[in-house]
Amino acid sequence: MSWLTNFVRPKIRKLVQKTDVPENLWDKCPSCGQMIFHRELNQNQRVCPHCGHHMRIDVKTRLELLFDEGKYERAETPRVATDPLKFRDRKRYTERLKEAQAKTEEQDAIVVAFGTMAGAPAVVAAFNFDFMGGSMGMAVGEGLVAAANLAVERKAALVAVPASGGARMQEGILSLMQMPRTTIAVDQVKEAGLPFIVLLTDPTTGGVSASFAMLGDIQIAEPGAQIGFAGARVIEETIREKLPEGFQRAEYLLDHGIIDMVVPRKELREQMGRIISLLTKRDEAA
Amino acid sequence: MATYLEFEKPIAELDGKIAELKHVANGGDINIAEEVAKLQAKTEKLLKQTYAKLTPWQKTLVARHPERPHFCDYVAALVSDFVPLAGDRAFADDRAIIGGLGRFRGRPVLIMGHEKGNDTQSRVRHNFGMAKPEGYRKAIRLMELAERFGLPIVTLVDTPGAYPGVEAEARGQAEAIARSIETCLRVKVPLVSVIIGEGGSGGAIALAAGNYVIMLEHSVYSVISPEGCASILWRSAEQAKEAAEALRLTAEDLKQLGIIDEIVNEPLGGAHRSRADTATRLGEALEAALARFDGMDGDEIRRQRREKFLEMGRQGLNA
Ligand SMILES: [Zn+2]
Repeated sequence: MSWLTNFVRPKIRKLVQKTDVPENLWDKCPSCGQMIFHRELNQNQRVCPHCGHHMRIDVKTRLELLFDEGKYERAETPRVATDPLKFRDRKRYTERLKEAQAKTEEQDAIVVAFGTMAGAPAVVAAFNFDFMGGSMGMAVGEGLVAAANLAVERKAALVAVPASGGARMQEGILSLMQMPRTTIAVDQVKEAGLPFIVLLTDPTTGGVSASFAMLGDIQIAEPGAQIGFAGARVIEETIREKLPEGFQRAEYLLDHGIIDMVVPRKELREQMGRIISLLTKRDEAA
Repeated sequence: MATYLEFEKPIAELDGKIAELKHVANGGDINIAEEVAKLQAKTEKLLKQTYAKLTPWQKTLVARHPERPHFCDYVAALVSDFVPLAGDRAFADDRAIIGGLGRFRGRPVLIMGHEKGNDTQSRVRHNFGMAKPEGYRKAIRLMELAERFGLPIVTLVDTPGAYPGVEAEARGQAEAIARSIETCLRVKVPLVSVIIGEGGSGGAIALAAGNYVIMLEHSVYSVISPEGCASILWRSAEQAKEAAEALRLTAEDLKQLGIIDEIVNEPLGGAHRSRADTATRLGEALEAALARFDGMDGDEIRRQRREKFLEMGRQGLNA
């Protein structure tokens, strides 16, 4: 069997979100405070219908909305040695891993999938923020390397969708080494003449932002996403600078010339498909 | 006046006694001279014992020692005809990263690295070795210059990390670091990196994705500072010692884990106690490291570097 497992069209899943709202019927928008009917919010891709605030979404929902008709094949990501440093803080790293695996039903913080976006073939490497804050260790690095190889093999664009606080501290120096490793991976896609597109989602910070996630041929961000190198709290605490309004938000990065565009969630698939088609000189969709 | 670290108190006391005795000894008082020699032998023994088994946290303190030799000291000791080059051609010259052309044991090279400064004024001037985007962009420019003229690149890494500030973020700190890493990995000339003090996170790897990576014996290299790690994972910076242990940030650990290629031993009591000797030892190691790539063509040099990083961690670590 190939390492690409055939993936059946995802079933309509119940979105279970933590909420204070009684009986899960209503969600409260953290931005405008409006109460939103839970089903309405999910139908709207978890974007507030009142103010347009983009809430975080889980990785499966992300893949469904990026690929045409929500259909994709999922690629297995390579297995890596668990807990290479035998790391232990207040808890063992192996325990933290097990908890995250149980919670998310995933092996680690990245999912790699293949499909089309508005007709254009693409490999998506999407971070799972629910898995230890989307932190990047060896498994995530290997996932990106595998995604890059798959893109080259399939002559498809590579789309990286980070949602990560940065490095997986429990893997120490090995997590730092994922910065050069992932950089090599995406450069191999570029050298094959294929587009590398980054969709920055909330949040993208630390070692993830300072490596492959800032190296896209095209840099796209979701509205309001927090994107930056140093955490806002670190800046405030250590440098004692007051943070300007909207600091490190997608729109701030756009204003400062760091990204190409901010694209609302519901327009992502079309826009990214259009970009890939133009860059790869694909014929217009019939 | 020498600076002693907390764990060096017994050594400081002995040194103090020696200085006192020397001070009172006018001329050739044989008894005092004998006493001094005895104390000096004792100090040496104590230094040897202490430095032979430094804990990871103690190494962190040694790596940050204010008198530890910095970039400019090594350049002064090892490089002739040094021509410093400034600026990123877009915004400013960031003095947290210094670089230029020079001759190392007869061989023209491009050498650059973080400079922390050695007194209040120079520390501020060099921003304590914490670079901003313009620093990494200068580094990129210099690496590309070296590649154009086929000069090997030597980087000396010594930084607490990239500067965390509002302006640095506004000018694209993350992008600048990412591009610097990318440039390290792309150039078709040899890149030899040495962690000479503190290898702090993204700010360090931005200059350290080299074909061959060396660490000085008491330097440290880590994804996060022990204090930062402790405050996140232990919820208290007080646990920095435990975090330093857990992070495996010493040269010995990193060599064992296959992350670095070589350790250069420091003189007795650390680099700051014999700066000239340290520079000579580093010079020997650098010369041998650069010689490894003589006659290798550009594509091969790049391929070797890439494969090395891609393989890293794949076989697990020898933890
Ligand atoms: Zn709202």
